[in-house]
Amino acid sequence: MTRRRIRGAVAVPALGVVGAVVFWGLSGLPSFGDYHGQYGRLINDVALPERHTTNAVTATVFDYRGLDTLGEEFILFAAVTGVVLLLRKSGRRGVDAAPKDRVTSDALRLFGMLALAGGVLVGLWLAAYGYVTPGGGFQGGVAIASAFALLYLAAGYRAFARRTSEEALDPLEATGAGGFAVVGLAALISGLPFLANLLGPGQPSTLFSGGSIAFVNWAAAIEVAAANTILFKAFLEQYIVPLAAARSRR
Amino acid sequence: MNFLAFGVAGWICLVGFYGAIVSENLIHLALCLTVIQSSTYVLLLSIGYRTGGGAPIFKGVKLGTTSVDPVVQALALTDVVISVTVIALILALALDAHNDAGTVDPDELAEFHG
Repeated sequence: MTRRRIRGAVAVPALGVVGAVVFWGLSGLPSFGDYHGQYGRLINDVALPERHTTNAVTATVFDYRGLDTLGEEFILFAAVTGVVLLLRKSGRRGVDAAPKDRVTSDALRLFGMLALAGGVLVGLWLAAYGYVTPGGGFQGGVAIASAFALLYLAAGYRAFARRTSEEALDPLEATGAGGFAVVGLAALISGLPFLANLLGPGQPSTLFSGGSIAFVNWAAAIEVAAANTILFKAFLEQYIVPLAAARSRR
Repeated sequence: MNFLAFGVAGWICLVGFYGAIVSENLIHLALCLTVIQSSTYVLLLSIGYRTGGGAPIFKGVKLGTTSVDPVVQALALTDVVISVTVIALILALALDAHNDAGTVDPDELAEFHG
């Protein structure tokens, strides 16, 4: 018997026991659709009157539980730093070592760039209206970063690497993570609790609503967009540069 | 029927654990971790559901309309972001292990010294 099979044979009864406990626990939950969490209900009722934000989820993420999100932002920041450090050790040879893999199909380039523009626009819209309609800084940031991945797919690695230099992305990421903390500290300086909503609530259902939520929201969008592009680039570099080296040896 | 959503969450979690136990590849192991983590999204979102409730977004909707719990949705959002970054970190470690030991099999890595 292979190792895998032995493990499988041991895992099944063990997971049977774990599963029994998990399902026993799950069966004690309030029945589906019948949950009456006071906290969630309270936020649904007060988010609009207090903060003038129509999106209660964004109000939770960037205001009522803003401190948690700040911690999460720094987890993101630390993880990206970790990835870049780990991968840097194995050597980076810059854009010059990359293969000249020009995308020759005009149709691919054209539609790729149109999709990129569309993706960035959708991302900006998701982030901008994050506290009014469904969306938010995280969702918008991820959409923008994935649009930038299209640059690699439709225009080649060199085009992607030149437009996503560390000199531009690293300060952006730091601005995103730091901006969040700065909004929190601003509240502290003006004598309010950390991350308290400083600004007036504004007009509901418009971009001028939610007070400081707007600023925290944009900080998160910038951070997430920059962080994901850095991650994508760091992994891409590991794949592309050795590939070019192997090709040139042949 | 009432239990279906919770049952799906439990099932996804167990399947992920099984995959992680029999895994012979660090990248596969990282994906199994994602599967396990996905079960928490299903669980959180299904706990927060309220019968007949809409999204907790009150643009053009009267305040006080039955809507699902926004707190668990915020938790799921946080969870997704953490999941992505942790997976990236794990994959970077796997790549590093592969560069040093020439394998991504955890068993062979255990035998590798140096």
